[in-house]
Amino acid sequence: MIGRDLLSIEDLEREEIQKILETAEKMCEIGRRDVKKVPTLRGRTIINLFFEPSTRTLSSFEIAGKRLSADVINFSPENSSLSKAESILDTAKTLDAMDPDAVIVRHAVAGVPKRIADVLKAPVVNAGDGAHEHPTQALLDMLTVYQEKGQLEGLTVAIIGDITHSRVARSNIHGFRKMGAEVRIAGPPTMLPPNPEVLGVKACTTLREALDGVDVVMALRIQNERFRGACFPSIREYAATFGLDRAKLRYAKDDAIVMHPGPVNRGVELAHDLTDHRPSVILDQVRNGVALRMAVLYLIAGHQSEAGRFA
Amino acid sequence: MPDTPPTGEIDPTPAAAHSGRVVLDDEAIRRSLKRIAHEIVERNQGCDGLYLVAIPNGGVPLGRILVDDLEEITGSRLPLGILDTTLYRDDLAVRGERPLMRETVMPSSVDGQVVVLVEDVVSTGRTIRAAMDALMDFGRPRAVQVVALVDRGHRELPIKIDYAGKNIPTSAEEKVVLRHSGSETQARLEMAVIKRSSEAASDGGPGELRT
Repeated sequence: MIGRDLLSIEDLEREEIQKILETAEKMCEIGRRDVKKVPTLRGRTIINLFFEPSTRTLSSFEIAGKRLSADVINFSPENSSLSKAESILDTAKTLDAMDPDAVIVRHAVAGVPKRIADVLKAPVVNAGDGAHEHPTQALLDMLTVYQEKGQLEGLTVAIIGDITHSRVARSNIHGFRKMGAEVRIAGPPTMLPPNPEVLGVKACTTLREALDGVDVVMALRIQNERFRGACFPSIREYAATFGLDRAKLRYAKDDAIVMHPGPVNRGVELAHDLTDHRPSVILDQVRNGVALRMAVLYLIAGHQSEAGRFA
Repeated sequence: MPDTPPTGEIDPTPAAAHSGRVVLDDEAIRRSLKRIAHEIVERNQGCDGLYLVAIPNGGVPLGRILVDDLEEITGSRLPLGILDTTLYRDDLAVRGERPLMRETVMPSSVDGQVVVLVEDVVSTGRTIRAAMDALMDFGRPRAVQVVALVDRGHRELPIKIDYAGKNIPTSAEEKVVLRHSGSETQARLEMAVIKRSSEAASDGGPGELRT
């Protein structure tokens, strides 16, 4: 039984993940209509509280809220009282006094959404906190794989790149394992966690070993802006060793799909043609992101009682 | 209206499979639908421009039978849409838990068509209201008509049934469900009145994805 917030995949039960995915599957249909709006959250207010820059997650939550007829307010710290040194919790409390029905939080420091959730009346959705978790990204990834493969149970997923600093990797590892998939990780040794067995994953030192017979390859973004030169000798060397192209993809199953949470460093994590064409499903991931976030908002926002949200 | 699901539904729980009082068996349901098919053809002078839209879950098997019946009578096969009303319900805020959504599949445009909504049980009329709102999001039908296999009464909105299979007055403690009888492979339907207390999960339970 889950609480009212969505803070991490680690906290979710398999049945809760299942319910969110089932709901998101149905939400996909709304995105294919001419009029992409349903009245479900009419008169409800959703606040996007993003302390870190974001394009796709922010606009995805905004579109999701609007398709459910909620009023969506985007709150960014540059033009707020945070620049007048108001604390994060005071800002959050101020927003809470405006009686939102859900608050979506992104922050560069792990644990901030949880701290905010502890003081707010409104349910909180974690939209990415530091290197901790990014639950809606993992859920939309699972939805995309489910639509491609018809199941999650029994699949093998390889996650390639900077595992240690990636909230996307952490959420996906928890999610896919809970749904019965096997997860492998690969990347430069400086970017792999020291004890992968704690996460229940197998760490591989070569791409070939990681890709051998997998159903899904997930490439992570190399965060140049954060770790320039610290973890590997050069971008070119990373691209040669762990960058994915069609030749290397032959180690995976014939029908393997390629995913990336975006934005892609073209020619680094993924070769150009692989970024734009099958078997990559990057744009499906983006499309599913809207449906998935509609599902999350539908399940948690706008309850008059405090009774179960996902359960 | 928090606790009264406005529709009957295919009951997924084996526990409830044999409880209650059967008010329409498979033959009676098929006879009613055949008669309704004739009424639809008579009222609309054929079936040009008709579009059947079933409301899940109970309306869907009935809609499929009606499409077959209408083809038998007129020789032309109508499109069958499936329209989930969950996101249009008026009790979402006051319910403790969000109901599971069902599938929506609208194969062609409703613009200018005469839409015939197909529902298994109509009672308060709230689901039909929700279905009409949902329908308008898909376009502008020329007219909307309603089929209900069972009309329970207890109307709370000014909704009228155009084609009723059977009027079954029931008390508020009772619930009317459309369910499969016999083995799962055999598509035999029955409509039963059960006590509300013996009802299990009313939202269809934890179904499989993509059902």
